[in-house]
Amino acid sequence: MSRSTSFLDRSKSFFAEIGDMTLFAGRFFRELFSTPFEFKELIRQCYNMGIRSLFLVMVTGFILGLVFTLQSRPTLADLGAEAWMPSMISISIVREIGPVIIALICAGRIGSGIGAELGSMRVTEQIDAMEVSGTNPFKYLVVTRILAVTLMLPLLVIVGDAVALIGSAIIENLKGDVSYTLYFNKIFDALSFSDLLPATVKTVFFGFAIGLVGTYKGYNCAKGTVGVGEASNSAVVYTSMLLFIIDFIAVFVSDIFFEI
Amino acid sequence: MKKENQKPVLELKDIHKSFGKNHVLKGFSLKLHEGENLVIMGKSGSGKSVMVKCIVGLIQPDSGSITIKDQNIITMGQKELDFLRTEIGYLFQGSALYDSMTVRENLEFPLRRHKDKIENFQGTDEAVKAALESVGLLHTLDLMPSELSGGMQRRVALARALILKPKIIMYDEPTTGLDPITANEIIQLMRNIQIEYNTSSLIITHDVDCARVISNRIILLVDGINYAEGTYEELSNSSDPQTRAFFKN
Repeated sequence: MSRSTSFLDRSKSFFAEIGDMTLFAGRFFRELFSTPFEFKELIRQCYNMGIRSLFLVMVTGFILGLVFTLQSRPTLADLGAEAWMPSMISISIVREIGPVIIALICAGRIGSGIGAELGSMRVTEQIDAMEVSGTNPFKYLVVTRILAVTLMLPLLVIVGDAVALIGSAIIENLKGDVSYTLYFNKIFDALSFSDLLPATVKTVFFGFAIGLVGTYKGYNCAKGTVGVGEASNSAVVYTSMLLFIIDFIAVFVSDIFFEI
Repeated sequence: MKKENQKPVLELKDIHKSFGKNHVLKGFSLKLHEGENLVIMGKSGSGKSVMVKCIVGLIQPDSGSITIKDQNIITMGQKELDFLRTEIGYLFQGSALYDSMTVRENLEFPLRRHKDKIENFQGTDEAVKAALESVGLLHTLDLMPSELSGGMQRRVALARALILKPKIIMYDEPTTGLDPITANEIIQLMRNIQIEYNTSSLIITHDVDCARVISNRIILLVDGINYAEGTYEELSNSSDPQTRAFFKN
């Protein structure tokens, strides 16, 4: 009895939270188009989230390219299909692995950072202080952060994908004695518009999800310092789940329009 | 003319506020007159901070009316409320300085949208320096809040509250967590500000010394209602034991 009541309560609070988050997203779109625009803060957040994540994204992408090529090479070599290596690697990285892995890395770095920052601002009354000073804290803190991640994530993914392909080319050059020119020619032959466009569009939604969940958790943080930790942690957990759901929907929709 | 006969700059009438089954305010009322220092005392959890947050529109009361300069803030739109908030300075209990900004940026923040509100505005830099000078911390201009002591943070927060030249200042536990010497400095500063800026002040405190030095009038908030009201001398010598209990050091 108590177990079923507890499950019911949890389900209720889960759906209540989804409802709250939807209203929060609705408020974001309303405030996005209303004046005044916080351009300076938007640029600052783009720098914080974009430039400061670049090194992490490049290292992740580079290792991803190296490992993926190293792991795939023996199997393709056994089948005598080494010539397919550039096509397989590039399509896998650009369409799926690059966007998902880099989005997950950014959910960890950016999403938890936003959750912790806004959460601590909430519990130390800094958000209240902004409101009392006649500034709209939702617009200043939430809109700028969601917009910054939404704009920056596609760029970070493009950079990460490119670095992953460079990593892959280095392994192919060392292990398979394939020249860089040949390898990249094959990559560009294999990739088409229908690979790049859906992958890039879905990273816009990934970015929006990271920003939305991080700001929602931080902005509505309660329960003192424990709440800050919870906000940061749950921002990453919820975002990671949401990224896979968005990915599934994106692949499903891409399949309809581009017949992948 | 006696202050009681003047029109109050701030008036709360029959304010009720509950959080679930917890009834925090059960019909609290007050009047704050121009140039007056009104102290609100009460036990922890008696609803003092909730009441102040209702006044600045951070919390919506369940019923009652809050009038600031003849404008009812409960029925007010967001833009009008934002503008009216520039008439109110608020010193938060924990200072609430923006920790990712320098002292200068903290003080510039309220000016971003409301420079035009200040008469004879001579520039952001001048306004920031004047406000910091009034709390004696001009040298901290480019420091981060984490580089300041608790007392200095409180003074910078006070400078930020003053930058838009408000007519009313709310102090939420201004001396809590400070050593007696720094607490006295803050009390002295509050008195100087009241004289210099001719502000009306609403002060929430547990600090009897603070109440004694600064108050023109005191209201005791007990169980969500006005329990007693009077000057420091009247209340501290009251025949009611519960009232007297507040003034025992």
